[in-house]
Amino acid sequence: MTMQRFRLKDLGQVDRSKPLRFKFDGKFYEGYRGDTLASALLANGVHLVGRSFKYHRPRGLLSAGAEEPNALIQVGEGNSTDPNTRATQMILRDGLTVKSQNRWPNLTFDLGYVNNLIHRLLPAGFYYKTFMWPASWWMRYEYWIRRAAGLGEAPKGADPDRYEKNHAHCDVLIVGSGPAGLSAALAAGQTGARVILTEEQDSFGGSLTYNTDCTIDGLPAFEWVKRTVAALSSMPEVILLKATVTNGYYDHNYLTLLESTDNDNQTGSEYKTRQRLWKVRAKRVVLATGQIERPLIFRDNDRPGIMLSAAMRAYLNRYGVSPGNRVLLFTNNDDAYRTAISLKKNNVPIAAIVDLRSNPDGELVDQVRSEGITIYPGHAIVSTAGYLRIKSAKIMQLSEDGTKLIGSMKEIRCDSIGMSGGWNPTVHLFSQSGGKLRWDEELAQFLPKTVTQNLVSIGGCDGTQGLSNCLKAGLKAGAESARATNNKGRAPRLPKVIEPKYNDQRTIWLIPTERANGKISNHFVDFQNDVTASDIGLAAREGYRSVEHLKRYTTMGMGTDQGKTSNVAALAILGETLGTTAPNIGHTTFRPPYTPATIGAYAGRNLGLLFDPVRTTVMNECHKGLGAKFEHVGQWMRAWYYPKPNETMQQAVNREVKAARDSVGILDASTLGKIDIKGPDAAEFLNRVYTNAWLKLAPGRARYGLMLKEDGMVMDDGVTTHLQPGHFHMTTTTGGAASVLEWLEEWHQTEWPDLKVYFTSVTEQWAVASICGPNCRKLLSDLAPDLDLSNEEFPFMSVKEGNVAGITARIFRISFTGELSFEINVPRRYGPKLWDALMQKGKKYDICPYGTEAMHVLRAEKGFIVVGQETDGTVTPYDLGMDWIVSKTKHDFVGKRALKRSDIIKNDRKQLVGLLTENETEVIPEGSQVVETPTSAPPMVMIGHVTSSYYSPNCNRSIAMALVKGGKEKIGQTLHVPLRNKTIKVTVTDTQFFDKEGVRLDG
Amino acid sequence: MLYIKCPWCGYRDDAEFHYGGEAHIKRPFDADSLSDEEFSEYLFQKSNTKGLTLERWVHTSGCRRWFNVLRNTVTNEIIEVYPSNQLPSSQAGKEYYKNNWRRKSAAESLTTRQVEK
Repeated sequence: MTMQRFRLKDLGQVDRSKPLRFKFDGKFYEGYRGDTLASALLANGVHLVGRSFKYHRPRGLLSAGAEEPNALIQVGEGNSTDPNTRATQMILRDGLTVKSQNRWPNLTFDLGYVNNLIHRLLPAGFYYKTFMWPASWWMRYEYWIRRAAGLGEAPKGADPDRYEKNHAHCDVLIVGSGPAGLSAALAAGQTGARVILTEEQDSFGGSLTYNTDCTIDGLPAFEWVKRTVAALSSMPEVILLKATVTNGYYDHNYLTLLESTDNDNQTGSEYKTRQRLWKVRAKRVVLATGQIERPLIFRDNDRPGIMLSAAMRAYLNRYGVSPGNRVLLFTNNDDAYRTAISLKKNNVPIAAIVDLRSNPDGELVDQVRSEGITIYPGHAIVSTAGYLRIKSAKIMQLSEDGTKLIGSMKEIRCDSIGMSGGWNPTVHLFSQSGGKLRWDEELAQFLPKTVTQNLVSIGGCDGTQGLSNCLKAGLKAGAESARATNNKGRAPRLPKVIEPKYNDQRTIWLIPTERANGKISNHFVDFQNDVTASDIGLAAREGYRSVEHLKRYTTMGMGTDQGKTSNVAALAILGETLGTTAPNIGHTTFRPPYTPATIGAYAGRNLGLLFDPVRTTVMNECHKGLGAKFEHVGQWMRAWYYPKPNETMQQAVNREVKAARDSVGILDASTLGKIDIKGPDAAEFLNRVYTNAWLKLAPGRARYGLMLKEDGMVMDDGVTTHLQPGHFHMTTTTGGAASVLEWLEEWHQTEWPDLKVYFTSVTEQWAVASICGPNCRKLLSDLAPDLDLSNEEFPFMSVKEGNVAGITARIFRISFTGELSFEINVPRRYGPKLWDALMQKGKKYDICPYGTEAMHVLRAEKGFIVVGQETDGTVTPYDLGMDWIVSKTKHDFVGKRALKRSDIIKNDRKQLVGLLTENETEVIPEGSQVVETPTSAPPMVMIGHVTSSYYSPNCNRSIAMALVKGGKEKIGQTLHVPLRNKTIKVTVTDTQFFDKEGVRLDG
Repeated sequence: MLYIKCPWCGYRDDAEFHYGGEAHIKRPFDADSLSDEEFSEYLFQKSNTKGLTLERWVHTSGCRRWFNVLRNTVTNEIIEVYPSNQLPSSQAGKEYYKNNWRRKSAAESLTTRQVEK
């Protein structure tokens, strides 16, 4: 293990009593609790952390926060591995194993670097232009391109880690715990308001964790942070969340926060939760998200060792880590001077400060001068050298207007560069909330403009400069937000602040080149996606003038960092190229998540059995006891078939289908949707939602009904029974139960509120056993000796109440098989008792339980439709040949007028017909297309498709139904079903395959 | 995710609701007297407004009541919530209702005439 050579003595907030061991690319290192992976690597002198996406250039740490484009790390091993994790946000823990990405065979020697050597051949749009031809080769090209590019590796198996979700409501949600956010939390919290304060880093304070040159009320800034956090912790209504990225801002102040919880001492605990997704509904939101520093864009500005000036200061003051042994600073504003003073104070050697401004002055500049640090005013870095680590930089003087370089070149030796190109307000969440941005010419920043939600932006993200101003804005916003959410209280007084004063910056987006031909190269704008300033120029020349086009053509801002450090500069450079300004270019849309999020966090615990509830009938155990196989029908698990030992599915289904027609079969029909309808206007209501007539249905009688949508298309079907005057029992399809209830309620409430009728779902209240077959009447009378079940007393389509096996039951004489059939409904808890009694008494008739598969074959033999199988929302009753159920005399019903539309009465609509194969044993696959004239290969004119297809043991042949264009006219004709390897010849028939006369219905 | 104030239950997440499309579409009373074109206007033509719109929602996982909402489709701001079978009472809602093309559609004119009869 190497020593932490770059860790400075007694500096920073890491806990030196807690050394942590971690492994990076197979080598062990040491860091401390409180480190990020990035700071721990730097403490060990490791700047080289990755290879760039396209050119495989060696890259180092650029930042110390969420904006990091370079340091993307593969964390962990096996299925819990997490690719593309920003080392700057990865909280160090003991035993952590990480590795670098996008390099082979290793980080210091990467064969992919060949792309850099030929980078002139790989400009923006290279792939679009090159791999055009032949089109059929694209799959081959893509394979190799995808292999060459890319970042980390996704795990192969299921994520073994545990994730939680938490729902919360609050008065004020404050995002960011810098000076503005902390003081807002303090002001709001003091009123007793319910406050949530989130901080993406592992420690509260934002810039105050590293700006050690300020005092607040005489305290060092970070002491003030500690005191404030302690005060907030003692407030019972305040929730403090660190290591929590507020990553989405949605409608009506709904925000998602992703909290990393695996940084605590939970390792090894069986209750370990890796991340927790908070879903927060906030009455008011305070955005205090601060600013992100801009890189400067000069040649070879991407070498390891080059980082942002404030990041350098953060590593130094927060983590006690020195960036190197000879630091060069390059800036267009005063921030780098602040870094220089911190470095000097800790005896880190400084090569010089290169300042784009011709006459930098002010207190910070004076202080640096008095320390004897060399300043090159009006100078720029024109190039750098060093492969795996920066070695030196060349500087030249800028012309007065900043567009040219003049004078002689000077080389400065250094092993790290801190650069500052100004600041971008972090307006991502504001923009996600729907807010519009404006370009501030003076600050050269995009700032919040139009607010569309109950929020306020304060501090850096609103363009506010200086600690004192941020504290003031925070206190004001906190108190106002508390008052706006009905809390009472006043803002605390503004503390006394001592802070350095900044002077103006000089914005030069693109550092010019010293080359005589003016050509720029390797001026990196987007570090993660290897987009250079010349790529932007090329895109503009080729006509990609809109920012949205620029983005897609160059892949600018499309990396996992979404261009946090690069977008604004790219817009400005595009603007300069096109001779206009950034506000006229506009900006791309900011979308959630703010930083990449683990899918597992969104799934949470809703996995496996908890993904979706599974509904089983009360007779479920009975089916299991009979060895049933189950299938999903909507949310239900229904018995599919009941195989005997050594029986195939087809054999079992054949046996069940035969038994149901030969003696007696029994089906668990409990899943059928059941709606109890009551009220004096119930019959009138049914008359309006069903296509047939309902007003004259006598109590005790049942009727089949078809429901249409207002467009005339079949929506659901079922039998509804008139139990008593003003009381109906409606059945729906298993899958349609909920939507039909909603449909009825909708029509009642919104169209016919004058009708007195009430709907209650009773699907779960009744257990249903359906028995059918020639012996089912005998079986039922064995169990219900008091009932007269004769055709005269209990005709088809009627209901009786009575005792079955000692249970009060409703018995419906209805049939979905065409056989004599009874559907016995008992209160749910008696379901198993009824089932067992029927099975027991049925033994002498060889009763056979049948599942959903046999049910489908039985109904298909009779040509009965299944809504959702024969219909798909484009099928009318006429298409199904069910003209008989559509009333011609009723004044109105839902869908009536639509059935007269010219398109509906056309003759060549797809109509339901039967298909019989030439080879009687051949079963057509469901969904197959039907054609009139088959050809040897597609395309063929398709005139229909097969909706149902089975082998029917009762017909001793295969049967099928299909929707075929003009099918009714085609009965008797021969059509074809082309499959991959053969074509099946079929004859068109009607849809009745068995018992065409319907004599079996009465037993 | 929208935060919708059900007129009966108060504020709830939109996961509890189902959307019901445009509000105040009068169902033609004697649709047979409409031409196919006129009926299609009722059946298929929906206002797709950028800005304020009147729409229907139902509190499916709550009281199961239908109600109407005046919402801005650009900002998702909800300006007014009121029961089904009532007209909006806010000024913006009244104006939107009055100026909607549907008030002049054949289907609606027919129904209005017949209800008046």
